[in-house]
Amino acid sequence: MFWLRQTLAVMALNIRTIPARLNSSLVAIVGIAGVVVVFVSVLSIASGFSAAMQGSGSRGRALVMRSGADSEMTSGLSGAEVDIVNQAPGVARDGRNALTSAELYVVIDLSKKSSPGSSANVPMRGIEPFGMTLRPEASIIDGRMFRFGTNEVIAGRGAHGQFVNLNVGDTIVSGQNRWDVVGVFEADGSVAETEVWCDVRTLQGAYRRGNTYQSLLAELESVDTYDTFRDWLTANPQLNVSIRREKDYYANQSQTLTRLIQTIGFAIAGLMGIGAVFGAILTMYTAVATRAREIATLRALGFDTSSVVVSVLTESMVLGAIGGAIGGAAAYLGFNGYQTSTINFQTFSQVAFAFRVTPGLLGLGLFYALSMGFIGGLLPALRAARLPIPSALREL
Amino acid sequence: MKFLPLVWKNIWRRKFRTTFTLLSIFIAFLLFGILMTIRNSFALGVEIAGLDRLVLINKISLIMPLPFAYKARLESVPGVNMVTHNTWFNGIYQDPSNFFANIAVDPEPFLKIYPEYKLPPEQVKAWFDDRQGAIVGRDLAKRFGWKVGDRVPLQGTIFRPRSGDVWAFNISGIYDAADGIDKTQFFFRYDYLEENRTILQGDVGWYIVKIADGSRAVDMSRRFDAMFENSSAETKTTTEKGFVESFAKQIGDIGSIMIAVSTVVLLMFGLVAASTMAQSVRERTSELAVLKTLGFTGPTILVLVLAESLFIAVLGGGLGLGLAWLIARQGDPTGGLLSVFVLPGRDLWLGGAVMLAMGILAGVMPAIAAMRLKITDALRRN
Repeated sequence: MFWLRQTLAVMALNIRTIPARLNSSLVAIVGIAGVVVVFVSVLSIASGFSAAMQGSGSRGRALVMRSGADSEMTSGLSGAEVDIVNQAPGVARDGRNALTSAELYVVIDLSKKSSPGSSANVPMRGIEPFGMTLRPEASIIDGRMFRFGTNEVIAGRGAHGQFVNLNVGDTIVSGQNRWDVVGVFEADGSVAETEVWCDVRTLQGAYRRGNTYQSLLAELESVDTYDTFRDWLTANPQLNVSIRREKDYYANQSQTLTRLIQTIGFAIAGLMGIGAVFGAILTMYTAVATRAREIATLRALGFDTSSVVVSVLTESMVLGAIGGAIGGAAAYLGFNGYQTSTINFQTFSQVAFAFRVTPGLLGLGLFYALSMGFIGGLLPALRAARLPIPSALREL
Repeated sequence: MKFLPLVWKNIWRRKFRTTFTLLSIFIAFLLFGILMTIRNSFALGVEIAGLDRLVLINKISLIMPLPFAYKARLESVPGVNMVTHNTWFNGIYQDPSNFFANIAVDPEPFLKIYPEYKLPPEQVKAWFDDRQGAIVGRDLAKRFGWKVGDRVPLQGTIFRPRSGDVWAFNISGIYDAADGIDKTQFFFRYDYLEENRTILQGDVGWYIVKIADGSRAVDMSRRFDAMFENSSAETKTTTEKGFVESFAKQIGDIGSIMIAVSTVVLLMFGLVAASTMAQSVRERTSELAVLKTLGFTGPTILVLVLAESLFIAVLGGGLGLGLAWLIARQGDPTGGLLSVFVLPGRDLWLGGAVMLAMGILAGVMPAIAAMRLKITDALRRN
């Protein structure tokens, strides 16, 4: 109890005097805040991207592609194969028709609003009439739905925001094809919002694909009929296809880029953390040095060594917490919700997404800041404890 | 010169502080070097792409093929030196996470048009003689431990072979190239692909045209595009540099945001280190006054103080940048995600300039103050 009171007294003294030593404390605060800004903002890129991908797709829908294909882009299904898949058990039906949409997935060259004149691979998806029915999350927010059998298209909200020429009423000229934009749709923030949708038949003609498709999206009777559906298809000797749940397909696609950003983020933040720890050590060392006499006096008065150690450590962790809070706030204000787009290497096409500074990331940043403060305070605290009392009192 | 020992003593008067200031600057420049390396790899090493090489892609999109027949038509245009074509294969080695570029090429014109890929003559001959032969970059060979003569299976994602499940290749050679050129690619023979695929026969991915006069690139591009206008496969021609640049732009501002944020923070680190150095000079005001009393002139003192801060900045920064360079020499640490991983020479120069600037900026204010010091004031202050 007595020890606790001692420690608290020294601690309060230290923390109250931080403003007096503002200059040297700033070294630690600025350094730690900087690290937290970088740490949180870089990881918010990865978390935004993976949120867009993870939030895409449904467990109640299955995606059929040619076996061996790693994405819709590289897959291919013939019209005959699609007809067979439509016979499969486990698929939801509307009357006699299977609730499926055989689709083409291609890219179209459009310019990014941020760099006009350059070309970006914007994904374009040809869908069948059921394509809208089995994606209840998609809804038109501006203009109207395209009419099947025409060259009308609708653009996702993300694509509409990131690329030129995707406003209702615009016409996209691509090679000898012209596409009229008649609507904008949203789809719960999923990657579909980066896509441009049109009638698959029109797209087959425009991209000279004959009667072929790339993938087939099927609404399952229920989440549990997936196995029935898959087993029937894989056992069918006329087919050579691979089946996965739509949700798993998208989750899998986010891996490469997320891993790359996280690797870079952790490496940079790790290195910078070492630098910030050095800054904190310098600060605390200066703090201890300028108060060598006070500390020696306290100890001569009978204050316990461990009280001194704990108080120095606390001071440095308080500096860490201040830095962490500043850094976290700066990252949140500067980057949360920032809209951008990048290329997804797995499908070779653009994905629009927003940076996400999540509470988890902020917590991680604060924890990191406190750790830096703790490690930075360790050496100076031991130094304060070891200070020989007589010579410290004599100093100055 | 004779004052060097004095400078040296002053630097180490507070060993603890100097050590940690040095370490901070060391870390800052290590980071600077690594960030510049990453930025360079996000730019896909664009500065090395040739200006006298034009790339023709399908106007609708890069993923659409072009007819093989265009080759002869392109070759007949005056001012064209050489024409070759590439086809993206997108094969997978064992697991989709082992991504690397694998491209079908026409070996002889390919090696002529890309003299930067270097390999021994006997390996070139082996490749020309073996239909299933392939040449791979040094970094790629290292990544999977491949040697010349190894048999490597790739699973086709776009193309399925006529028979069997996988495409089998023999490593005929391992190419090397200067720093900054992608050494993670896998090139194999187009004739092997063409004979064994079941779709897209008679098509190629894109054309590379080497023109005699690089300054006529714009004219020539227009001319090519006009040749194929209103055909079923219209083209879009750019210089290879423009092609790579526009692809790098697709990655978007992610790279630039990362760099911008980190640069700001790096500057903050620099300021912090500079303020520490400045503080150490301020502490010695009375000593400097004593030096002046002893007859040191103002300029000499200026130089002494500047020498000190320059020394710390250049030593710490030099070691940091040096280590970054060594790390970049080891190659891509992410296992193939960043195909070009080098620290460009101009960034080394930039780093050196920043170091000098940091040393001077940190020292100049206190140094000028020290130079102007009135002896009597300074001695009284204590």
